[in-house]
Amino acid sequence: MKRINRNFKVRNFHQAKWDEPIIFELSKKGERGILVPKAGEEIEKAVGDGISALPETMKRKEAPNLPEISQPRVLRHYMRLSQETLGADVNIEIGQGTCTVKYSPKVNEALARLPEMTELHPLQDESTVQGILEIMYKTDLYMREISGMDRFTFQPSGGSQAIFAMASIVRNYHRDKGQDEQRDEIITTIYSHPSDAAAPAVKGYKIIYIHPDEEGYPDFEAFKEAVSERTAAFIVANPEDTGVYNPRVKEFTELVHKAGGLCGYDQANANGLLGITRAKEAGFDMCFFNLHKTFSTPHGCGGPAVGATGVTKELEKYLPAPLIDYDGEKYFLNYEVTNNPYSIGKIRMFNGVAPVVLKAYAWIMSMGAEGLYEVAKVAVLNNNYLFKKLMEVDCVDAPYIRGKQRVEQVRYTLEKLTQDTGITTGDIQRRMMDFGMHYWTSHHPYYVPEPATLEPTETPSKEDLDEYIETLKHVFKEAYESPEIIKTAPHRSVCHQVDESGMDDPEKWAITWRSYLKKYKE
Amino acid sequence: MAIKGFKNHPYIPNSVPEVQQEMLKEIGLNSLEELHAEVPEELKLKENMNLPKAFQSEYELRRHVEGLLKKNKSCNEYLNFLGAGCWQHYVPAICDEINSRGEFLTAYGGEPYNDFGRFQSLFEYQSLVAELVDMEVVNVPTMDWAQAASTAVRMASRIVDRKEVLVPKAMDQEKFLIMKNYCDPDITLVPVDYDKNTGLMDLEDLKNKLSSKTAAVYFENPSYLGFIEVNGQKISDMAHEVGALSVVGVDPSSLGVLEPPVRYGADIVCGDLQPLGIHMNYGGGQSGFMATMDEEKFVMEFPSRLFGIAPTIVEGEYGFGDVAYDRTSFGHHREHGKEYVGTQSALWGITAGVYLATMGPKGMEELGQNILQKSQYAISRLNEIKGVIGSRFNTVNFKEFVVDFNATGKTVKEINKELLAKGIFGGKDLSSEFPEMGQCALYCVTEIHTKTDIDKLITAIEEILHS
Amino acid sequence: MKKLGLIINPIAGMGGSVGLKGTDGVLDKALELGAVPRAPLRAKKALEELLDIKNQIEILTCSGDMGEREAMEMGFNIRLVYNQSTNSTSSEDTLAAAKAMLLENVDLILFAGGDGTARDIYKAVGDKAVVIGIPAGVKIHSPVYAQTPSKAGQLTRLYLMEKITKVEEVEVLDIDEEAYRAGKVNTSLYGYLKIPFEKKFVQNRKAGTPMSQQASQNSIALDIIDNMEEGTYYIIGPGTTTRPIMENLKLPYTLLGVDVVLNKEIYALDVTEKQLIDIAVYNKCKLVITPIGGQGYLFGRGNQQLSYNVLKAIGKENIIVAATKEKISELKGNPFLVDTGDEETDKMLSGYIKVTTGYKEKMIYKVKA
Repeated sequence: MKRINRNFKVRNFHQAKWDEPIIFELSKKGERGILVPKAGEEIEKAVGDGISALPETMKRKEAPNLPEISQPRVLRHYMRLSQETLGADVNIEIGQGTCTVKYSPKVNEALARLPEMTELHPLQDESTVQGILEIMYKTDLYMREISGMDRFTFQPSGGSQAIFAMASIVRNYHRDKGQDEQRDEIITTIYSHPSDAAAPAVKGYKIIYIHPDEEGYPDFEAFKEAVSERTAAFIVANPEDTGVYNPRVKEFTELVHKAGGLCGYDQANANGLLGITRAKEAGFDMCFFNLHKTFSTPHGCGGPAVGATGVTKELEKYLPAPLIDYDGEKYFLNYEVTNNPYSIGKIRMFNGVAPVVLKAYAWIMSMGAEGLYEVAKVAVLNNNYLFKKLMEVDCVDAPYIRGKQRVEQVRYTLEKLTQDTGITTGDIQRRMMDFGMHYWTSHHPYYVPEPATLEPTETPSKEDLDEYIETLKHVFKEAYESPEIIKTAPHRSVCHQVDESGMDDPEKWAITWRSYLKKYKE
Repeated sequence: MAIKGFKNHPYIPNSVPEVQQEMLKEIGLNSLEELHAEVPEELKLKENMNLPKAFQSEYELRRHVEGLLKKNKSCNEYLNFLGAGCWQHYVPAICDEINSRGEFLTAYGGEPYNDFGRFQSLFEYQSLVAELVDMEVVNVPTMDWAQAASTAVRMASRIVDRKEVLVPKAMDQEKFLIMKNYCDPDITLVPVDYDKNTGLMDLEDLKNKLSSKTAAVYFENPSYLGFIEVNGQKISDMAHEVGALSVVGVDPSSLGVLEPPVRYGADIVCGDLQPLGIHMNYGGGQSGFMATMDEEKFVMEFPSRLFGIAPTIVEGEYGFGDVAYDRTSFGHHREHGKEYVGTQSALWGITAGVYLATMGPKGMEELGQNILQKSQYAISRLNEIKGVIGSRFNTVNFKEFVVDFNATGKTVKEINKELLAKGIFGGKDLSSEFPEMGQCALYCVTEIHTKTDIDKLITAIEEILHS
Repeated sequence: MKKLGLIINPIAGMGGSVGLKGTDGVLDKALELGAVPRAPLRAKKALEELLDIKNQIEILTCSGDMGEREAMEMGFNIRLVYNQSTNSTSSEDTLAAAKAMLLENVDLILFAGGDGTARDIYKAVGDKAVVIGIPAGVKIHSPVYAQTPSKAGQLTRLYLMEKITKVEEVEVLDIDEEAYRAGKVNTSLYGYLKIPFEKKFVQNRKAGTPMSQQASQNSIALDIIDNMEEGTYYIIGPGTTTRPIMENLKLPYTLLGVDVVLNKEIYALDVTEKQLIDIAVYNKCKLVITPIGGQGYLFGRGNQQLSYNVLKAIGKENIIVAATKEKISELKGNPFLVDTGDEETDKMLSGYIKVTTGYKEKMIYKVKA
C-alpha cells in the first residue's frame, strides 16, 4: 500500500456532511430526553401540586411546542452538528484575520470545568471563593505588567463591550471635570475595528474617522484637523487591521492629551506586541485585551469571552464595581475605589466571566514573560513569512508601506485577480472551504478593494503555513484556468451555495423553525 | 539584561530555533530581534516583563491551578440558597458534553458552509427559545440578561421614537445600573414604586408616570424578588394606551408552568439563558436573549445577529445565513446605527438549545412544577420558625422569595455568617439594596434541593435563632 | 415568460480601438482608421450567462446588428420591436428602440454601449425602466455599466430570476467628447438610471451590520437637518446623497440642479450661478455637496453652477461635504478633487475637509486640486 503523496501540498479534503434534520423534525411524541426530579410525596402532601397556587391568568395554558426526543438521539444530532463545524482544533487557522484564533490548551479547559469553578455562585461569601478571587486578582496584576496600566476590570464580556466600557469612562471622566457638554467627539481610524466607532456612538458621541496616509499610517495632518477642545477621546487600534504599526502613536496621544482628551487603546491586535511594547509607553490612558483572542481562552463560536479593560490610576475611580483586591491576608471584592458618583456603575452582572479569566491565567502561567515574548516574535515571524510568500504571487498585493514588516496580520488585496478573472475575494473565501481552510475578507466597507485579511498567530507550524500558501496559490491558479469551479464553490463543504435572496425579505426570511413552517407551507 | 524567549514551547511549533532561522532567512532577516523593526526603540521594553516564571510542565501547572481552586467552597460542597440572577439548576451531562466539543469550543467567524453546525445549532436555539416564549424571532445571545434588557429598551426607544423608560423600583439594583449606563445619555430610566404588601408594581404610580414621553415599560416575571407580577396584562395595556411598548424580562425556567409574556401583552421579551443547562461559573454563565414577533419593525431594530434558514442551490438541502444583513432602521437614524455587536456568548446559546431539546415540553413543565412545590414547601417551613416570615410578600412566588428576619433580633449578615459555619449559603442579604425592608434575604429554591436540604436549612436557622 | 429588452450600439467603442477618445460624431474617421466593432462580441459574452434560462425569456430587440443578429445566433426567442433606419444616427436608434421597449413593459433593458449610449437610454426611459449596461464603449464613467460583460449577464439573470428584487439609482455621467479629445475633461451629470441592486460584498460573519446605502444617505440628511441654523441659506448641490435632505424636509427639489433652503423652506429651486453669487455675497450660507462620479470631484464636474466665484463668496468653512462611507471607499484612498478653473479657489479648497458620513459621524478627508 502506498503512502499519501505529500508532494502536492493541497489537501484532499471533504467536510463531514450529515444532512441532519432541524431538531424539531426529530420529535417523536412521548419520547423523553431526561427525567426531572420529583418533589416527592411528603412535599406534595404539604403543599399540593404547586401549580394550583398560581393565579389562573398566569398559568401556562398550552405546553411549549418543544420537540420530544430521547437522549441518544439528541446527543447524536448535536455531535453531528459539531462535526459540521470547522473549529480551530481541526483546521489550520490562518484565515481569520483580526481574530487571533490560536491554540486553546486543553488543560486550561479541563481546569475551568472543575466543580470548584463551575459550581460557584457569584454571591458566595468571600471566604469561600478565595481561590477564584486570587486567580482574578493575579490576572489583574499580570495584565497590569503586560500593559503598564494600573487596574483592570473583567466585567466587559467581549471586545466591543470593553470599548463600550472605555467610552462610558470617557463620558464620566469629562462629567467629573465639568466638560461633558463641550466634549462630544471621539476620534478613531477607518482601519480600527468598527466597534471603536459603534460602541462610543451608543454613548451619544459624534465620531470622527481618520484616513490613512499613502503609507497606511493614520494621517497625522488629518488628525491635527480633528483634535480640538471638542475631543473627548481617541480610540484606536495599533497595529490597525492592515497590520501596519503606527510608529508615531505617541505623538497622537500627546496631541489628544494636550487638547484635554483621553486615549483608549483597542488591543485586539496585541498578539504581536506582547512583551515588546505597551499601552503605557505609547501614552494611552486605557486599553483592553480580548482574553478569548490573545490569551487563548477560545472563541466558543462567539463567546463567552472577556474584554479585560485596564486604566491608569487616575481613571480607576470610574471603573465598574466591584474591583478585586488583596489586603495582604485575603482577597476581596473592593467597592470602595469606585464608590463615587462618577463610576460607570456596572457593565456586566456580578464579577466578570470568571472561567475565561481562569483560562487566561493558566495560559499566562504556562508562558511566563519569556513565553509571551516568544508568542509575539513567532506570531510576527509567521505573519511576515506568509506575507513574503504571498506577495511573490502575481495577483496578490497589499496596499501601503512597501519593503517593511507588518505586525501580526496583513490586509491583502486581490484586485488584480478580480480584474483578470472576475473572481472576487468572496468567491475565493468559498473555495478555500473545499480545502478545509478559513479565509476572511474584511469589515465593511471595503476600503481595500477585494480584501483578504490573514492572521497566522503563533500556532501554525512552518508546514502549516506552507500548506495554506500552496492552497491559496492552487485556488488562484484555478481562478485563471477554471473559474467556474470557484464560482460554484463550495463543493466539499457541508452544504452548497446558499441562496440568500430571501434573507432581506420579510415575506421570506425565517429566523425560527416556527416562522419557517408558517411561511413555507408544503 | 537582554530579553529572552521560550524555545521549544509545546504550544508554539515555530519556537524551534532551527525552524526560526530557516524562516528568518526566507524573509531576509538574521535574528528574531530584527522583527518589530517598525516599533520605535523608545517604545520597546528593554527587558522581560516582570511575571512569574512559567511552569515547566503541564502537570505542574495543573497542580498549581487545582490547588488554588481547592481554596473555593463550591455549591456542590455547601448547600446553596443563593439566586438573585444566577441560579443553581441541574445541568444535564449532555449539555457539558456538547459544549466541550472542540469544534464548537474553537469555532468563531466561519461561513455557513464550514461552520454549518454552528449556524444550525444557533438557529435551533433561536427556534427552541421561541417556542418557550411563544414568539417568532430570537437573537443570537448577548452578554447577559441586563444587556438584553438594555438593548430591548433601546429597541423600544427607536421603534416608538421616545426617550423615557419606566422600570420597577423592586428590580435588581445592579441590573438597573447596567441599564442606566447603557441608556445614558439618551434614555432616562424612571423607577416605578412597588406595593409594600405584594411587591407588585404600583399601578397608581405607573399611571402617574406614564406619558407621551414613555417609550416602554419594563418589568419582570418572575420578578427579581421572586413574586409573580400578576398584573402583567394591566401593565401592558397601560403602556400600550400611551403608545409605549411592553418589555418583559423572564426567567425561562419558569415557562413550563407560567404563561409566556406575549400572552399578557409583551412586545419584546428578554431574559437569561443561564438556567437552561449552564453552570453558574461564578457569574460567568450568564447569557442574554431577546424575542419579538416576526414583524419588520421589530426585526430591523435588533442589533444582534439573527440566523435564518435558507435554501441552497441544491434542492432539499438546508442552508443558513444572516437575516436582514444590512439592517435598515426606518426613519430612526438619529438613534445611531444599531448599537454595537461583537463576541457575546454564543456557546451558551448552543447549550441552552441542547437543554431545551433534552427537556422537551414535559421536562420543562415538571421542572416548573417541582420548583413551585419546593419553594412553597420552603416558605411554609420557614413560616414555622418563630420570628421568621417565609415570604414577606403575600403573592405567589416562583423559585425565589424574600424571607423576612426583622422580628428575629438578628441581622441577615449575622444569620448568614452562622449558616456558613454550618455549610450553608443563606439567601442574598437585601438590607443595603432595599433598606426599607430592613433585615430581609432573597432565598432561592430549585429542583436541585431535596426535602432533606430544605429541612436542613430550617433546622439550622432554628438553631441559630433559638438555641 | 420574462421580457428582456436588448439594445446593442454597434459602433460603441470603435473610436477607442483606433486611439480616438469616444466615437460620438467621428465614426467615419474611426472606420477609416480600421476600427472594428466590439460591442456585438461583448453583448454575446453577456448573453452567454442567460443561455440556460433561454426558454424562460423572450428577448425584445432591434433589427440587424443592434441585437437581432447576436440574439438569434445564440438561439434566443426574439421579437423585433424596432427597425433600424438607414439614415438615422446610432443615438437616434437607441432612443427610439428604448422607447419602444418601454411601451412593451419589458422587465429589464440590457444594452451594450458607452457613456453616450447610457445618456440616450436615460433620455428615453428616465426612471421608468430597470436597465443594465454592458460595457462596450470607450468612455465608461456611468456606474450603470457592470464591471464586465459577464457580470452584466449574471446580474440580468439574477434580476430576471427574481433573486434580486431591489433596484438602485446610479448616475448617468458623460463628458463632452470634443473637449475630451482636446485634452479637457468636462463631466456632466445627466440624470439617474435604475439598475438592479447587487450587494457589493459578501456578508460579514463577524461584525455588525452596516447600514444600507439608502439608510446611510438618510442618516447623513438627518445630521445636516438637525444642525441647520436659522437665517442661514443652505445651498443644496445635486445628487442622490443630498436628496434625502429635501425629502425629510418635505420640500420639492431638482435632482440635477442646485436648490436653496432657508429656515427649512424652499427659497429657490434650480438656481443659476448668478443667483448663487447674489445669495452668497449678502448672506450667511452653507453649501451642501456630494462628490459626483467615480473620481471624487467635489467641484468642476457636474455642478457648473457652483463656480469659483460662488465658492469664494461662500468660503471653505461653510462647505458641508456629504458622502457615505461606501462612496468614499470606492475612491480607494484617492483624495477628493477640485477643478474650479481658478487656481486661487482650488488652493483654498485643498487640504483637508470634514465629510459628513452619517448621523453624528464625520470623516476627515484629503482634497487635492
